[in-house]
Amino acid sequence: MKPAPFDYHAPRQLKEAAQLLARLPNAKILAGGQSLVPMMNFRYVMVDHLVDLNGVDDLSGIGVGDGRLRVGAMTRQRDIETAPEVARHCPLLAEALRHVGHRQTRNRGTIGGSLAHADPAAELPAVCAAYDATIHVASVRGVRQVPFADFCTGFMATVLQADEMIVAIDLPLWRQGHGHGFREFARRQGDFALAGAAALLDIGGDGAVRRAAIALFGVAASPLRAYAAEARLVGQPLDAAAIRAAATAPWLAEPLSDIHASAEYRRHLGQVLSVRALTDAARNAGVEVPNIV
Amino acid sequence: MGKKPTRVTVNGKSHARLVEARLTLADFLRHELALTGTHLGCEHGVCGACTVLVDGRSTRSCLMFAVQANGCEVTTVEGLAPDGKLSVLQQAFMDNHGLQCGFCTPGMLITLTELLREKPDPSEQQVREALTGNLCRCTGYAGIVAAALDAAQRLRGASGA
Ligand code: FES
Ligand code: FES
Repeated sequence: MKPAPFDYHAPRQLKEAAQLLARLPNAKILAGGQSLVPMMNFRYVMVDHLVDLNGVDDLSGIGVGDGRLRVGAMTRQRDIETAPEVARHCPLLAEALRHVGHRQTRNRGTIGGSLAHADPAAELPAVCAAYDATIHVASVRGVRQVPFADFCTGFMATVLQADEMIVAIDLPLWRQGHGHGFREFARRQGDFALAGAAALLDIGGDGAVRRAAIALFGVAASPLRAYAAEARLVGQPLDAAAIRAAATAPWLAEPLSDIHASAEYRRHLGQVLSVRALTDAARNAGVEVPNIV
Repeated sequence: MGKKPTRVTVNGKSHARLVEARLTLADFLRHELALTGTHLGCEHGVCGACTVLVDGRSTRSCLMFAVQANGCEVTTVEGLAPDGKLSVLQQAFMDNHGLQCGFCTPGMLITLTELLREKPDPSEQQVREALTGNLCRCTGYAGIVAAALDAAQRLRGASGA
C-alpha cells in the first residue's frame, strides 16, 4: 500500500506545467489527489513523474460575468460548496457537492480533478452535463475549449491528451428564479452513488416550462442527458403528469449492471430519482407539485 | 529520483527533512516524527483514521505526500492535548464511551474538532454527516455522536454562550 517511486515536480506557472507535461514521459497530473493517490497506493497507477498543480498560480478561484460562472480547475470542492456566488447563481452545483465524497476529501479534492477522472458515478460531471459546461483545456499548443457534451468519451475516459490539463470550467447561467433539483441514491452518505439525477427548470409566468435540463449519472459510462424527457417538458404546463411522463420517456435503454446494482434496478432508480429531482426543481422555481414517488 | 526537502510545522513545531516524494504525510508523521497517534487503517482514503488538520482543514494524510505539506501547518491528535491534559472533546469521548479499541479515535477527534470550530451547536444529523468519512468497527457510533454533542454543549458553556 505504498506508491511506486516517482519524480515530483511542483511548477509555479501554467506555462511551466504545460512544458513539463509535454516533455516528461509517463507523467500524470496531481490535483487534489483524492482519486489518483488511492490508485497509486494500490499500484493500479504507476507513474514516472507527478506534476503537482497545487502550487500553480491562477488555477483556482470563482468568478461571475458574461452570463457564466467560471471556476478554476484547482478550486477545492469544499470552497465551491460554500461560495456565496455559487449558492446564488448555480445552486445545483452547491447542492451536488454536498454528496461528493466526504468533508475531508472535499477539503482537498478539486473540480478539475473530478472531471478529468470522469468516474461514471461522480456528481460533478453530471452537473457539467446539465449546464452544458465548457471545459478550458491547456497545453503547450495553447488553450482549447471543449463543450462538455464532447468531453467524456467512455468509461473513465475523456478527450484530454496526456499533455493537456483542465484550467477552468464555465457554467452558463440560467435565468434568476430557475429551479434546480439534485437527487442520488447511495448506500451510505458519501459512498459512490448507484444512480443519481440533476435537473434544471425554467418556468415562465404562465406556468409552462421554457427550458429544461436533466442529467443522469451512475447509470451509464458517462453522464447521460435525458434530451427526450426535456423535449417532452418544454412548452407544457408543469404538473405531476408532465413530470411522470418525462421521467418515463425511453432514454434509459441499457443502464450499467454490476455487483452493486442490476441494470433493471438502475433503470428504476433513474426514473424515481428523475421524478424527485424534477419535483425539487419545480418547487425551487416556485411551482407547487405533489409528491409522485 | 532523489530526495526532496520539505518543511512542515506540526503541532506548532517546525520540522525539516529530506524525503522520498512518494512518502505520504501519514508515514512522514509516524516514521519521521514518531507521532504515531495518527493511525493508518486503509491507506486509500476510505477509513478516515489518518485524518489530520492541514492549515486548519481536515485532510486524509494517506492521500497527501509529505513534499506537498511543505510550508503547511499540520495538527495531529497529539496537538489536541499538548500538555497531556485531555481536551474538552477528548474528555467527552471518555465520559460517553466514544471509544473502545481506540483505533479510529484520532481521526474522529480531528474531524469533530473541525466541525465544532465551525458549528458550535451542531444537530445530531450534522454530527452524523460529518462522521461519514470516519469508520469505527467497535462502537456503533452512538457513543461517538453523544460525545460530540456533549462536547459541543460543554464548549458553548465554557464560552458563556
Ligand atoms: S488510512 Fe487514510 S483514510 Fe484510511
Ligand atoms: S473504537 Fe475501535 S474502531 Fe472505533
